[in-house]
Amino acid sequence: MTDTGVTASSSRSLGRETRHLLWTVTPGALWILLFLVLPSVYLMSVAFMSSGPYGLPQMPLSLDAFERLAGFGFLGWSPGNLYTLLRSLWQTLVSTALVVVIAYPVAYYITTCRAKWRPLLLLAVVVPSWTNQVIRSFGWMNLLAPGTPLSDLAASLGLISPHMGLYPSNFAVTLGLVYNFLPFMVLPLYSAFERLDVAQVEAAQDLYANPLRTFRHAIFPQTLPGLLAGIVLVAIPAFGMYVVSELLGGGKGMMLGNLVASQFAGAANWPLGAAGAILMLLATFLGLFVMRRLGKRLGGGEQVVI
Amino acid sequence: MSETMTADIADRPGSDPAAENSARSETRRQASSIEMQGLHKRFGHDTVALDGVDLTIRAGEFFTLLGPSGCGKTTLLRILAGLEAPDAGALAVGGRDITEVPPHRRSVNTVFQSYALFPHLSVRDNLAFGLKMRGLPAAERNARVDEIAGFIQLGDLVERRVDQLSGGQRQRIALARALVCEPDVLLLDEPLSALDAGLRGQLQVELLRVQQRLGMTFVFVTHDQDEAMVMSDRIAVLNGGSIQQVGAPREVYERPVNGFVARFMGHDNLFAIRARDGRRLTTALGTLDAEDPGDGALLLIRPETLDLLPGAVEGPNHLPATVAERLYRGSHAEFRLAVGDTTLQAMVSNRGRHLPEVGETVTVTVAPEDLVTLSE
Repeated sequence: MTDTGVTASSSRSLGRETRHLLWTVTPGALWILLFLVLPSVYLMSVAFMSSGPYGLPQMPLSLDAFERLAGFGFLGWSPGNLYTLLRSLWQTLVSTALVVVIAYPVAYYITTCRAKWRPLLLLAVVVPSWTNQVIRSFGWMNLLAPGTPLSDLAASLGLISPHMGLYPSNFAVTLGLVYNFLPFMVLPLYSAFERLDVAQVEAAQDLYANPLRTFRHAIFPQTLPGLLAGIVLVAIPAFGMYVVSELLGGGKGMMLGNLVASQFAGAANWPLGAAGAILMLLATFLGLFVMRRLGKRLGGGEQVVI
Repeated sequence: MSETMTADIADRPGSDPAAENSARSETRRQASSIEMQGLHKRFGHDTVALDGVDLTIRAGEFFTLLGPSGCGKTTLLRILAGLEAPDAGALAVGGRDITEVPPHRRSVNTVFQSYALFPHLSVRDNLAFGLKMRGLPAAERNARVDEIAGFIQLGDLVERRVDQLSGGQRQRIALARALVCEPDVLLLDEPLSALDAGLRGQLQVELLRVQQRLGMTFVFVTHDQDEAMVMSDRIAVLNGGSIQQVGAPREVYERPVNGFVARFMGHDNLFAIRARDGRRLTTALGTLDAEDPGDGALLLIRPETLDLLPGAVEGPNHLPATVAERLYRGSHAEFRLAVGDTTLQAMVSNRGRHLPEVGETVTVTVAPEDLVTLSE
């Protein structure tokens, strides 16, 4: 939008337009430079340095951090970090899938309700996220701890061994992730459902598509942009999650975010932490790239914009 | 249910490609009639969309449902398509009761008002959609899509994307997408209403030719009485969820059964009959002799049946009048005439004769056989 505005008028008074552009763009550009570009460059360079006393980065340049991230340490190779990475990917995958499975019908249901109830129902979806993540995680701790009705129920069903709680566990982390990110899926899906062209659905039925095929060919493609937007909004923060896995996961529930954080704090190895952060960034970009390709293939091109 | 459906498809000449081609290019298979009995539909508690509709549409007919918005014509069409279920009543196509049959199992296709093309599919995939859902192999789908594209003269549009098409092109694709399935009945929901006047006229003619060549039963919904008269073999005029009149365009236009139909067909010259003495009818205009007046409470005088004589002339069915307004239209002129304390519209074709000026005194004459009465 800005682009066309600028190009259209640039032929008339280039100098003035350029000055205006500079005035308006410079503050934002400076902000991004100071608080995004420079720290990122610094972080990346830290990853290629050696770890000095107290874990602070120092010369000479080395790839030690990446070797240690890959699991090679003083005692030979250990799979710990690899497990953490795989656990992060798995938790992201499972929680995102669960969020989709829950949010899709919820979003659809809200659109079928009377217009006056819809804002209220959406509010009900959003309200929990007004409370701090930490506090909500503590809430789950109390619900899932050993001896609570939920844990007892799970134990009596044989899902967990008696006197063990549902917390701390990988299950608790998945639950926490799903709970935290549900609104981020419901909202874009709701807006996709709200804009749904019902005539297309009826056209599919009219053209001999059974209910399943009507969904596949007329409903799903229309909600795909919302779905992909929701997946991006859920999967990226879930992959980098720190709070939920820290509080609900215990020692065995560690995710990549916790690994990175621990290297900057307790374990004190800044280069290793930075290398972890780069890995996270790369994984995220790869994910976005895949989503984009997927959106183009399923959704017929321009309608999916990430 | 699925068994009858399979049998239905297998019975179609479409299952034999050779027979199919000859059938489609010339006479096509037997068209289907539609029978509706006592169809009722209400939305919510107090909105009555259909209030007992009985209607028979003949096989191969171009049938139009005409009425103002909210008259129930679209609801009736949607019930035919299966997109809406009637609260009561029965519906049969080709003698087979389909009241309970879901839309995807009806051999009925719809051209939607908004066209409802699938934007994520190419034009070709849009056209092939119905055939694909019916399980036709890709080669046959392609052949039939190419055939319909030639028939509707889509040219190279087939390889485009939907968002590259203009409104008129989308309309034709929507028509082709429904026609390619060779349904028993084709439903058209105000398919031309989104187009500008020129294109609309052109597509009206095209649609009519397609229907005549295929001999398929078309059910067409519109609120435009001119369009209805141009296109239809028969018209049903609806109001308030019930059918007011069914008939050929001339019948509905020239012999409307009540005031609603008359007004909807564009008639303004309606006068309450104050007194009646055999064939002599007295209205605010004066007293006129009718040949076969009927027993309605309203007198209809069509503007094109009136003649204007210059000056004051005495005679039977001669009314003294003054020209209040004249609209010159080239081929004809429209007059608003003051007769007594009421006004009368007249339309006079322009044969190069004298056209009275505003303020001129004239005499209006009407033939007794052109006077019709109808109920309110």
